[in-house]
Amino acid sequence: MAYSDKVIDHYTNPRNVGTLDKSKNNVGTGLVGAPECGDVMRLQIEVDSNNVITDAKFKTFGCGSAIASSSLATEWLKGKSIDDAITIDNMDIVEELALPPVKIHCSVLAEDAIKAAINDYRVKNGLAPIESEKSHH
Amino acid sequence: MKLPLYFDNNATTPMDPRVLEAMLPYFTEKFGNSASRNHAFGWAAEEGVDYAREQVAQLIGANEKEIIFTSGATEGDNLGIKGVFEMYQDKGNHIITCVTEHKAVLDTCKHLEKLGAQVTYLPVKEDGLLDLALLEAAMTPQTILVCIMYGNNEIGVIQPVKEIADIAHKHGALFMTDATQTVGKIPVNVDEDGIDLMAFTAHKMYGPKGVGALYVRRKNPRVKVTAQLDGGGHERGMRSGTLNVAGIVGFGKACELCRLEMDKDAKRLSALRDKLQSSLTVLEESYVNGNVANRLPHTANISFKYVEGEGLMMAMKDLAVSSGSACTSASLEPSYVLKSLGLSDDLAHSSIRFGLGRFTTDEEVDFAIEQTKHAVNHLRELSPLWEMFKEGIDLDKVEWVEH
Repeated sequence: MAYSDKVIDHYTNPRNVGTLDKSKNNVGTGLVGAPECGDVMRLQIEVDSNNVITDAKFKTFGCGSAIASSSLATEWLKGKSIDDAITIDNMDIVEELALPPVKIHCSVLAEDAIKAAINDYRVKNGLAPIESEKSHH
Repeated sequence: MKLPLYFDNNATTPMDPRVLEAMLPYFTEKFGNSASRNHAFGWAAEEGVDYAREQVAQLIGANEKEIIFTSGATEGDNLGIKGVFEMYQDKGNHIITCVTEHKAVLDTCKHLEKLGAQVTYLPVKEDGLLDLALLEAAMTPQTILVCIMYGNNEIGVIQPVKEIADIAHKHGALFMTDATQTVGKIPVNVDEDGIDLMAFTAHKMYGPKGVGALYVRRKNPRVKVTAQLDGGGHERGMRSGTLNVAGIVGFGKACELCRLEMDKDAKRLSALRDKLQSSLTVLEESYVNGNVANRLPHTANISFKYVEGEGLMMAMKDLAVSSGSACTSASLEPSYVLKSLGLSDDLAHSSIRFGLGRFTTDEEVDFAIEQTKHAVNHLRELSPLWEMFKEGIDLDKVEWVEH
């Protein structure tokens, strides 16, 4: 199975690798997946007073598609409002990276990581977590 | 050095140019059917097959009449196991094998279970070796066959076949071995090893794909298998079908080359493999899988903790290797062989198999070491697990959000 050029690009030059200070109130952290499943994603967002994501970082244990999905997610998150960020759909990632069916779970994981990071941020700031209504397993 | 480099010789080997040379006349000039008894074309083909049969037999210390040509080791495994089950059903229906066998053995056994066979799948120890006491305990008067592989395809561990054969024989059962990875790599002698049936194939020993053999013992005891392909009664009635003459000639040549060169190859490759292994296990949290004392000379299987195998292979972009990671298969399950050594799923996901071969050079190994180290370090920079490990977090205590 060959990887798409976009997957290779994100894999070779991953955007926004790193760690934000998770103790800060305006940082939300999402850690999803499990080592025994072969995929763990950690996605972090930093949010300003206008509810806009000013920074996003990730680290991912997983295959090339998982790394590319989370790299792409951080790129998309930066500059988006929380309200817009929550609407990012895994199928958008599938489309952008041309992921084959066997790799769709990587995009689902990225969507889950985004939602988990947003909810972590919300809970830290006294808001109720948003229930996730669906996923494309 | 031409990139990418091939380090997947357990999957298949390149054909030796000398093998190709031996085969070529059998496509266009000596193209006859070796079963055509009445003209020169048939005789020429038959002569090629006869000579090859001797070359194959000689490599394993067998008589040429004990070689049944097949399409490969999968067919050999099927014919041996199913053929014995059918032929010896009056004696019993119990087969013993082990969990680290190739699917060609495991799935054949599962198939026979549906037809009334009782199959015992023995576990292996942490180093991949069979526990002989468990084998002894599993033997029953109904046991007709013990089928244990010689050298493992994923981890290279070599089972104590002589001792296994002795136990099988003591209880009146036959001993079969899948020696796909072993024949041509280390000395195999069917008499010294007590082997009654043995499947092997040409394309793992620098011969062509699509041809292999099943060794079937003719004396002490005389072993018979029921044919699984009906037809013209070729191969002493055990395997019908026009012989793949060019392939068989190539297989014969490959066996001859291995017989003459395997000692030298094994010595050189085990030194290179050891160098690869010792250079890579310098990396923190890297582990060799399987017993290192009883192991095929050309195989190393190493887990690099906190990086995932498929992602790692992508960074080892100039190296053709394989991984026990789930992501490399459609099943999303990590290697069952590594799991049966008691490896946790995450270590199984993090494994890379290096398979060296006759054409692997010193320079290529040095390149592989550098690229692998670089890839592991790069991916650990990206790995949240590596960061957590470095912070001293016990990953076993984290509540993972399973997916």
